[in-house]
Amino acid sequence: MRRALAALLIAVLPVAAPADDLRGTGDLGIVIERTTGSVLIVDTTERAAIVRVEGLGDLSHASAVFSPDQRYAYVFGRDGGLTKLDLLTGTIAARIVQAGNSIGGAISDDGLLVAVSNYEPGGVRVFDAGTLEPVADIPAEWDGGLSKTVGLVDAPGRRFVFTLWDAGETWIADFSGEGAPVVTRIGGIGANPYDGLITGDGRLYIAGLFGEDGLTALDLWQERPAPRRILDGYGRGEEPLPVYKMPHLEGWALAAGRFALPAVGRHEVLWVDAVTLEEAGRTATHGQPVFAVARPGGRQVWVNFAHPRNDTVQVIDTLSGEIVHTLTPGPAVLHMEFTPRGHEVWVSVRDADRVDIYDAATFEKLGEIAAETPSGIFFTARAHRTGL
Amino acid sequence: MRSLALLALPALMAGQALADAPDADRLLRLVHQDCGSCHGMTLKGGLGPDLRRETLADWDAEGLAWVILDGVPGTAMPPWRGLVTEAEARWIADYLLTGEKP
Ligand code: HEC
Repeated sequence: MRRALAALLIAVLPVAAPADDLRGTGDLGIVIERTTGSVLIVDTTERAAIVRVEGLGDLSHASAVFSPDQRYAYVFGRDGGLTKLDLLTGTIAARIVQAGNSIGGAISDDGLLVAVSNYEPGGVRVFDAGTLEPVADIPAEWDGGLSKTVGLVDAPGRRFVFTLWDAGETWIADFSGEGAPVVTRIGGIGANPYDGLITGDGRLYIAGLFGEDGLTALDLWQERPAPRRILDGYGRGEEPLPVYKMPHLEGWALAAGRFALPAVGRHEVLWVDAVTLEEAGRTATHGQPVFAVARPGGRQVWVNFAHPRNDTVQVIDTLSGEIVHTLTPGPAVLHMEFTPRGHEVWVSVRDADRVDIYDAATFEKLGEIAAETPSGIFFTARAHRTGL
Repeated sequence: MRSLALLALPALMAGQALADAPDADRLLRLVHQDCGSCHGMTLKGGLGPDLRRETLADWDAEGLAWVILDGVPGTAMPPWRGLVTEAEARWIADYLLTGEKP
């Protein structure tokens, strides 16, 4: 037996790549370069860019998800482009333009389906993750025509959940059976939901509302999830401040039993008890929060801000709810991404054409990478997290 | 980026002659990057509507400048008064209508 194995090994080895050329992808990631339609493939261990890949179209507001083997990134462009990027070879493995105007996507729990949320035509389209061949088209039909869709996430059991900006509904598309997906429509979500998040256990879906003071939670473990309004009237009837950039709930923070969520039209981060869903405090911030992202483990929450206060990042201590550090990386901080265990954080500084790398515990700047108008930063560890 | 830098040069020179003339570099970036976060970097639309010249055919510069300054109440279009001056709003309106720097 052993001899047979040895013989097999000898037969196999010569065709395998030399050991120097082999590498894993668990510490890789991508940085979106929004103006040039290019992407940097980066190595988080080396704190360096490996290669720039061009030709991905309009990448303003682009985001990405990863295949379960962490080899491929699926990049969702603004112009409806869906690009499958091979991180090992630094090449485009497949690319389609599937709609006119898009806003993010998701990959199913089994890694076989990629879904894209579209503004134009409003709805969700689903593709084969291997070939990018179309699998399903779910137009977001309502009384007013087709609704823009937002907050598209994957949920356990080969499901996608997304929300209709115009219609105030959340839809659950279940692909666990044969053939066409089973779509469950849940109304009464509220006025102009702008984004949605799903908790890491796949249980709660929360839609943030622009047109109303509050958010709406759905318990996806229920047979028929019923909308539950949370943080209702958090603006306390005060005139909201102008919002120059919509907050994002992707990258939502669950820290020490509380969610940190960006307020809309107020310079605050709102805390919600993860069990009771009641308000559990507020932290006054430097500006309108855009992302409130928990350091993995939840010890701190990092927050960036909307124009014109977007040169600053604040760090909130989870236990006290106090701001413990304020950084000013530079003009137009658009995104923050933590290394998988949270020891470092990468920050894109769009108008400085730079990505800064900080020690997440000491806030010391460890390095920087040159990038053309960088926006989203996405590390492969997302492949193994529901909702990312 | 490079083309933006080139565009900025004449603006800087003009700036010397006319102290309070709108800063073209800043405004171009504002329109494509910051208005772009809702209207798309190429202005063909996103959460907010298409702002390309063809779709704005029914607008005049003055009306556009007012929308920019005051926003559209009850919608996600915020008022920009305080962040841009009336002259800058007019500059943006002319830029949107002609597709060229005024
Ligand atoms: C936070 C999102 C957001 C930002 C940022 C934003 N807009 Fe808007 N804008 C909207 C929305 C939404 C509408 C549609 C309002 C409505 O329903 O009438 C709109 C409408 C407009 C209109 C009217 C167009 C039409 O056909 O009715 C103009 C002009 C406009 N925006 C210009 C701008 C400019 C210039 C900027 C940057 C200085 C800007 N917007 C930034 C969301 C935004």
